[in-house]
Amino acid sequence: MAFSNEDLAIMATIIKRYPRPRSAIMPLLHFVQSRDGYVTNEGIELIAQQLDLAAAEVTAVSTFYTQYKPTPVGEYHVGVCTNTLCAVMGGDEIMDALKNHLGIENNGVTTDGKVSLEHIECNAACDYAPVVMANWEFYDNQTVQSAKDLVDSMRTGNPKPPTRGPNSLVTWKQASAVLAGLNDGKANEGVQAGAPTLLGLKIAKGETK
Amino acid sequence: MTKLTPILSAHWDEKDSFTIEAYKRHGGYTASTKALAMDPDAIIQIIKDSGLRGRGGAGFPTGMKWGFIPQGDNKDHYLVVNADESEPGTCKDTPLLMANPHVLIEGCIIACHAIRAKHAFIYIRGEVTHVVRRVNQAIEDAYKAGLLGNGIDVVLHIGAGAYICGEETALLDSLEGFRGQPRLRPPFPAIAGLYARPTVVNNVESIASVPAIIANGAEWYQGMGTEKSKGATLYSLSGHVNNPGQFEAPLGITLREILELSGGVRTGHTLKFWTPGGSSTPIFTSEHLDVPLDYEGVSAAGSMLGTKALQIFDETTCVVRAVLRWTEFYKHESCGKCTPCREGTWWLVQLLRDLEAGKGTEADLAKLLDLCDNIMGRSFCALGDGATSPITSSIKYFRDEYIAHITNGGCPFDPVASTLFAGAGA
Ligand SMILES: Cc1cc2nc3c(=O)[nH]c(=O)nc-3n(C[C@H](O)[C@H](O)[C@H](O)COP(=O)(O)O)c2cc1C
Ligand code: SF4
Ligand code: FES
Repeated sequence: MAFSNEDLAIMATIIKRYPRPRSAIMPLLHFVQSRDGYVTNEGIELIAQQLDLAAAEVTAVSTFYTQYKPTPVGEYHVGVCTNTLCAVMGGDEIMDALKNHLGIENNGVTTDGKVSLEHIECNAACDYAPVVMANWEFYDNQTVQSAKDLVDSMRTGNPKPPTRGPNSLVTWKQASAVLAGLNDGKANEGVQAGAPTLLGLKIAKGETK
Repeated sequence: MTKLTPILSAHWDEKDSFTIEAYKRHGGYTASTKALAMDPDAIIQIIKDSGLRGRGGAGFPTGMKWGFIPQGDNKDHYLVVNADESEPGTCKDTPLLMANPHVLIEGCIIACHAIRAKHAFIYIRGEVTHVVRRVNQAIEDAYKAGLLGNGIDVVLHIGAGAYICGEETALLDSLEGFRGQPRLRPPFPAIAGLYARPTVVNNVESIASVPAIIANGAEWYQGMGTEKSKGATLYSLSGHVNNPGQFEAPLGITLREILELSGGVRTGHTLKFWTPGGSSTPIFTSEHLDVPLDYEGVSAAGSMLGTKALQIFDETTCVVRAVLRWTEFYKHESCGKCTPCREGTWWLVQLLRDLEAGKGTEADLAKLLDLCDNIMGRSFCALGDGATSPITSSIKYFRDEYIAHITNGGCPFDPVASTLFAGAGA
């Protein structure tokens, strides 16, 4: 996709956040994903031009980090935590079930372009295991069935909302813009905490049975 | 019985706890007002006296770290908050930022004033979209309220999926716009950190602990905890327990106490092994239920307090499978800079895969330990050392189980029995 003048203006404000322009490379890569869905060659060239770097220098950074995708992912990118704790608690079963259910492998995308699947590492939500992420929003305490229902809801265009996140699931591109540091106005949506987060506090206050 | 002490978590049960209004309702931003009127060195002294130690894993005294920043050097100084939280099992900073991002921002204001920095960066891992929203909004609201922008600026920087960027020097390289690979130390960040300027890197929980210390005094803080491990901290309980979650308690509480308070290991099962502080800390068993969970107590028992990530595994869990999975994580996350870690973790995975599949031999077990020996202490950063912890500690306590895989010609465990939905027809 061609980048508009408005896009270029946004990129300029991202660069201005930092004392040194090169520091903006990561948010700019997220930004490119928010427009193109993945890190395109055009995006790399543009970042290189804006930061006065060689394209190879931008590529070297882009390929180091797993969240920058070299090829398109789905409108809803699903990550199943299969690090030890989640794996043992059912993450492995969930991952296998989703592969079968969607007919794709790890890092695959459904033919309708709606859903892609990736096994991910610990996502800092182990007290909500097994954890599934979609566009990096939390879907806590998943089962094989709830995970299948989730991806089905994505394919019919009405994805279930995250358990700890905004009122509705945003698309991959929209989430990438948030990761570029752009405010989508949804910070106040959703719960402040889930039950496990509050457990110690409730016990301290004598509010548990 | 040690009592829980909600301080950071005190108001997380209020629906709007993440807003500036809620934070101010409970006295938020009064500590920073107080601190800004104080001499910076006096703040550093209070933090030193409080006994606060870094909550990112290593437990380095926070006040002492701040004191290393050279003064009057006419250079820019930086504060960098480590919110990369990716150590397996670790899940405290993420809910903290989701429920109350303002306490971190207030901590940043105080820390910046103390170390004479005008800029703070918060480096958040990229896989937590809603946490990014909350922190971004909090920064915006703090600017609108005039709390930021008058000499202190806070910039949010979002990572992109690399565990190694939690290592402080790799984080700095990443923040400068390079591949996140660790730097040689010395020079330490306090002398040459971000952009080669004096820099303090602290964990989220460390900086978030600062406002309450300034508000209540060093004596109040060091009145909690044990002799050398002062204060209170967030313990994260996960895995095969009836009720997982966050528990804020004085340092030195034991796992037995936390389990008693929270409802214990999942009903009908028994504790098999657990990590005191994430996957990089050697595992413990039921022998260690009464180890005081402070820096000294856990070290004396042969592990590390780390991030206080208490991952609980019951008797249905195959230790070889668990260790293989952690090892695959380290192999995947190895940044590739040094050979012992890059090549070593690859070989560890091959050997463990064979062992799990029942294709290993006792000689492989010896080889595994030998490899660990060659990685431990010879790696460029602590990731390599951490990768050996689950292996060496599990062989120490569960050698028989490794052997059983060999004699059995495969894994004797049923993985379904370990799942949360076991028996639910899943
Ligand atoms: C591989 C590796 C990953 C790390 N990840 C984190 C992390 O996610 N968050 C963190 O605060 N510290 C992490 N650390 C520790 C940091 O290097 C550093 O010690 C810490 O941020 C200092 O803050 P503190 O003194 O407040 O604890 C990691 C260390 C290593 C070796
Ligand atoms: S120990 Fe591993 S992660 Fe650390 S520098 Fe070496 S290769 Fe990179
Ligand atoms: S192991 Fe899955 S979120 Fe931590």
